[in-house]
Amino acid sequence: MTTETKPTTSARQPVKPKPMEEYIEVFGNVPDEESGQHFRYCPGCGLGIAQSAIMRAWDRISIDPEKLVTVGGSGCYAVMGSYYSASQAHMGHGRAAAMATAIKMSDPSLTVVTLQGDGDAMAIGAQHFVHAARRNVDITVIVFNNFVYGETGGQHGPTTPRDTITQTSPYGMVENEFDIIKVALGAGAGYAARTTVFHAQHMVRAIEGAIRHKGFSVVEILQNCHELWGKRNGMPKATDMLAWYRDNSVTSAQAAKLEPEDILGKFIIGTWTGPDRPELTEEWQKLVDRVQAGEVEAQKAGGGKPPGA
Amino acid sequence: MDNAVLERLQLPPDGIKTADRRLIQGNEAICEGAIAAGIHFYAGYPITPCTEIAEQMSIRQPQVGGVYLQMEDEVGSINAVMGASLTGRKSMTATAGPGISLMQDGIGWTQTDEIPALIVNVQRAGPGLGNATRSGQMDVMQARWGPNGDREALVLAPSTVEEAFWLTLKAVNLSERLRMGVVMLPEGLLGLMREVVDLPDYSTVPTEDRITPDSDPEAGKYDGTMTEISPFASFGTGHRSINGRWLEAGGAGGYYSGSPLRGLEAQDYNIRRLHNKLLSRRDEITFYEESETDDAEVLLVAFGTQARSAQFAKDELRRQGVKAGLLRLITLFPFPGEVLQAAAANAKQIIVPEMNLGQIRGEVERALRLHPAEIVGVNHVDSTYIEPDEIISMVPAAARHQREGVTA
Repeated sequence: MTTETKPTTSARQPVKPKPMEEYIEVFGNVPDEESGQHFRYCPGCGLGIAQSAIMRAWDRISIDPEKLVTVGGSGCYAVMGSYYSASQAHMGHGRAAAMATAIKMSDPSLTVVTLQGDGDAMAIGAQHFVHAARRNVDITVIVFNNFVYGETGGQHGPTTPRDTITQTSPYGMVENEFDIIKVALGAGAGYAARTTVFHAQHMVRAIEGAIRHKGFSVVEILQNCHELWGKRNGMPKATDMLAWYRDNSVTSAQAAKLEPEDILGKFIIGTWTGPDRPELTEEWQKLVDRVQAGEVEAQKAGGGKPPGA
Repeated sequence: MDNAVLERLQLPPDGIKTADRRLIQGNEAICEGAIAAGIHFYAGYPITPCTEIAEQMSIRQPQVGGVYLQMEDEVGSINAVMGASLTGRKSMTATAGPGISLMQDGIGWTQTDEIPALIVNVQRAGPGLGNATRSGQMDVMQARWGPNGDREALVLAPSTVEEAFWLTLKAVNLSERLRMGVVMLPEGLLGLMREVVDLPDYSTVPTEDRITPDSDPEAGKYDGTMTEISPFASFGTGHRSINGRWLEAGGAGGYYSGSPLRGLEAQDYNIRRLHNKLLSRRDEITFYEESETDDAEVLLVAFGTQARSAQFAKDELRRQGVKAGLLRLITLFPFPGEVLQAAAANAKQIIVPEMNLGQIRGEVERALRLHPAEIVGVNHVDSTYIEPDEIISMVPAAARHQREGVTA
């Protein structure tokens, strides 16, 4: 029996019929305990869609997998790096942006993508996130935002919406949440995008744009955790949450035309650009070249001038 | 150049050319030793009393084509050091006091995931904030046991500015050879004092590089031995490199060496292997200086700058007719118990002077638990340095001399 699949096309570029094999380390989602490799996501988890979108973005840019590094920390997504045939640092919780900065500074020929959760990037690793943005180092930070700490069972995190129920906000969340895009842009990111796992093609384009951007870039992927957050908040199935994203997302262009009260509680998806600032690896290389050519000497006792003068 | 300093560290002096004689600070000697060893990445956060290492590195790294990165905190620093090392660069950081506490998590990763790195703790005094501008030797057991989990640590303590230069070079070499973070433990006193050092021509010093799948294709094929060091596949070199997945890898992190072990079996293997990796190589990593220990009835065991007081005390005791000897530890961990047992063969009294309340003395007692000698400490925690007289006064015969004003 053969199955005919309808060829799919994206808005910009046709997707290859047999895509991205060079990026895939593990095929299928059939558990294989003997090899120890199997997809560890819950059934219906949005991470699978996001994982695919990231590969599609790499494929569109034709990145050599040998020059590709993912850096991850702790969370449900943390196994994602090992499903790619790229090199991977699966290191400490929240440290990906610091580590990725050093990897990129040490070998600028590498494409460095961090895979992080909302808690990983915005709580335990927030200082590394904002400083990587400030430095404008040419890395891409991908934040899978599912509103909770999923791997530990669904405790509230820095992006948990107010009043919702989690394992550690059993009476409803009383804290305010971070807007990841605003944090990124405020810290100096040149490119920030928000997308959802429902908007699969938009997600691919958002990630592609981020990796192509020369400088620090962020992609926030709103992802469904129906198991640990949806079930506690009236959306028990994966499709419930996908429909929620579908029905409550507005594009940034649409949002610009709406009144503030009309976009309250909506997810604004789209791409934002920040200030065009020098990129760190290039600036550092220029400095090294000047020092090694003897054009500049270390000034230990004065020799500077007021900023802007 | 003092050849004895090099030979003690198993650095063959032959062929090393002296280039310059300079009066330099301990922190600068550490920086230059690191540059000589090939350090091309420094990440750090300013903290007294090691800030001069960062300052000097910010001058030196661009000169050698390296990277100086001032991170947002010490946690970022140690993670940046690991990131750079994963691309194949020799990397280091330096810190002190609360900074080294913040780094403990990352130091554990360098040891467990076998990522070469040099971590320098220029010890200030005290717990908590401590006393930033004062010296101590209070982080000894933290250097051994700071990170979570059961791992071996390699901890080295220099005693002079010249030794700080060469020990830094050696520490970087060993971090490459053993694929792990190595901790160097000078004190604030050493970091901030100045001594004359003969600096070598850096192109003539012995350096070492980690084994890679390309440099030795046969190395590190999984053989089930407990001493295996798997080759280090840097990012971007054409090998798929996976770090932080030590439960599934033959080598703890890094290049897959084909281990069939997974899960708890791999955990047991890797934890034991990480211990054995060091313990089976004790002859390569145990450095010390012995002085008149052969017939010593009074054995002084000291390290760092305080060993210099102990040396003075030992000489004075000998002048008074006391059979005194000194064992100066350079390698603090893995603790050189067998070296101590040999040096203490004839000892009736063992004196351990240190600027803490007995951290190394505890290790001495553990190594000599079947030994009849009396083990006593001379302990300062007020950041004043231990005077030779204080050590001498612990020896009953010498104390009588001191009291009665008798000289030998």
